[in-house]
Amino acid sequence: MNEAVAAATVCTVRGLVKTYPAARGRRGAPGTAAVRASDGIDLEIRRGEIFGLLGPNGAGKSTLVRQLTGLLRPDEGGVELLGHDLVRHPERAARLVGYLGQESTALDELTVALAAETTGRLRGLSLRAAREERDAVLDELGLTPIAGRPLKKLSGGQRRLACFAATLVGDRPVLVLDEPTAGMDPVARRAVWAAVDRRRAERGATVLLVTHNVIEAETVLDRVAVLERGRIIACDTPAGLKELVGDEVRVELVWRAEAPLHVPEVAALRDAAQAAGRRWTLRLAPAEARAAVAAVTGGPAFAALDDFTLTTPSLEDVYLALGGRAEGAEGLVKA
Amino acid sequence: MSAVSAEAVTAGAVRPGSEARPRSGGDAAAPLAPRAKLLPALAAVYRAQLSRARVARIPLLFVATFQSVGIMIMMRGVVDGGAEARAVVAGSSVLVVAFVALNLLAQYFGQLRASGGLDHYATLPVPPAAVVLGAAAAYASFTVPGTAVTAVVGSALFGLPMGHLWVLAAVVPLSGAALAGLGAALGLLAPRQELATLCGQLGMSAALLLGVLPAAHMPAPIAFARDLLPSTYGVEALARTFDARPDWAVVAADLGVCAAVGVISLAVATWAYRRAAVR
Repeated sequence: MNEAVAAATVCTVRGLVKTYPAARGRRGAPGTAAVRASDGIDLEIRRGEIFGLLGPNGAGKSTLVRQLTGLLRPDEGGVELLGHDLVRHPERAARLVGYLGQESTALDELTVALAAETTGRLRGLSLRAAREERDAVLDELGLTPIAGRPLKKLSGGQRRLACFAATLVGDRPVLVLDEPTAGMDPVARRAVWAAVDRRRAERGATVLLVTHNVIEAETVLDRVAVLERGRIIACDTPAGLKELVGDEVRVELVWRAEAPLHVPEVAALRDAAQAAGRRWTLRLAPAEARAAVAAVTGGPAFAALDDFTLTTPSLEDVYLALGGRAEGAEGLVKA
Repeated sequence: MSAVSAEAVTAGAVRPGSEARPRSGGDAAAPLAPRAKLLPALAAVYRAQLSRARVARIPLLFVATFQSVGIMIMMRGVVDGGAEARAVVAGSSVLVVAFVALNLLAQYFGQLRASGGLDHYATLPVPPAAVVLGAAAAYASFTVPGTAVTAVVGSALFGLPMGHLWVLAAVVPLSGAALAGLGAALGLLAPRQELATLCGQLGMSAALLLGVLPAAHMPAPIAFARDLLPSTYGVEALARTFDARPDWAVVAADLGVCAAVGVISLAVATWAYRRAAVR
């Protein structure tokens, strides 16, 4: 693959707007005000990259993905995928994209093997090709021992892995994965990322990944767009985004009970801290961080201190530094 | 331009033999993977749905049969032979079809739609008709054992001739098509899952009351409602074949109504699926 091909754009999104109308409660939920779930989104995804959408729940990640897979028609704007206009021809998305949604109800009562085989057949494979690919994919993901069990009877992580297997049967140049590793144990996670890497290396597959897992985003993504209330507030490599917060260090202090505000050094930190109960989170320059740690571990404040940590910035800090709304970024998980 | 065509080749990453129509979406569009064809896709959906029976459906199929047999035993004390006995046996047999094809399929599609399960099919290049027809055919197939058992038990119970019961081979698929189409359409059109369940239950209750009770004593509005219900024509067709020499033309006409309703309701269900899948 030469340089020009490698850098080619696979997906271009321009000025995407999608508003959910007001007061449309689902599943008995009370009606809500109109929500602008996509609010003028521009995006370019390049060939062969693992591109991530990061943001807390309700930021508009799934809405964006549904528009890129032809499931939802945008109110305004354009989506071009591999040269196809998906706003005008949403049905073409199914022939370009392998999609793993959050729901598995369509497959729940099938066995792992039949779920993969049926999905392959519905992707246009012949019976023989679907069975060959099914066997290969189940083997690759280590699902062969449970191939005969219905998805319903599996644990959440295993079920997710079985759905991921179904997504891979019937090759597609683009994979769109909506929180693929939710609920998975580390072994299953590794199987997922190995399978993704293999498709990228061997076939130049492009992956769009939705996640709210900060650690995963930092380790597997080539580039990441941070979403907040339907807007992209930043888009870069994880390292590039972390440079936004410079060499700041995150200091977390956990007090035994009340913070000892009678200690002047602690009182001075209070304004810079985000307090959540007994926990204070501070982002400080390295020298300040050293001084703060010295102050709380040395003097009278130490008696009131339960625990403290010092870490380099994560994408969570980037999200907060960019003005992310969620206090303490509760929508993002670090596990 | 050479880089572009190289891109189209690598970008596609589709196996040889897949459809190559690179220019359809404008300049340098990647080739699209093939669509699933109607019949293979229908077969795949049918097989997958049928396999669900093993996991989830067998208790319900048992309930459907038991309900119909129970109704016949109950009616045995009220009805003794003649046209009324035929109506009871035919009505109870077709009730199994209504229970499974109409009620359970409406619930299934309602649940699939509410939970976002339709996304799975909507992101695969599969014709909508294949999903609807495959599921409808599977649910109609679920009714075969229950309908046969009910008809045989009923014939024995009321002393009716079993010589023409082979007509079930036409009654089950045709009334199955009509009722499954109706069930699928209700499940996909109902704005909420609970309403889909409610519609399915009401449809089944209507088939029970209007199909099993002898028509002769019904007041005019109820008799009219009975004529509107597609399962009625399956019941009538089956009831007529308990005659020593049935009027086959009328039987065929009744089954023709079932077939016509089946075609229309399955077309509506396919349209409803399309509408529900892409919002």
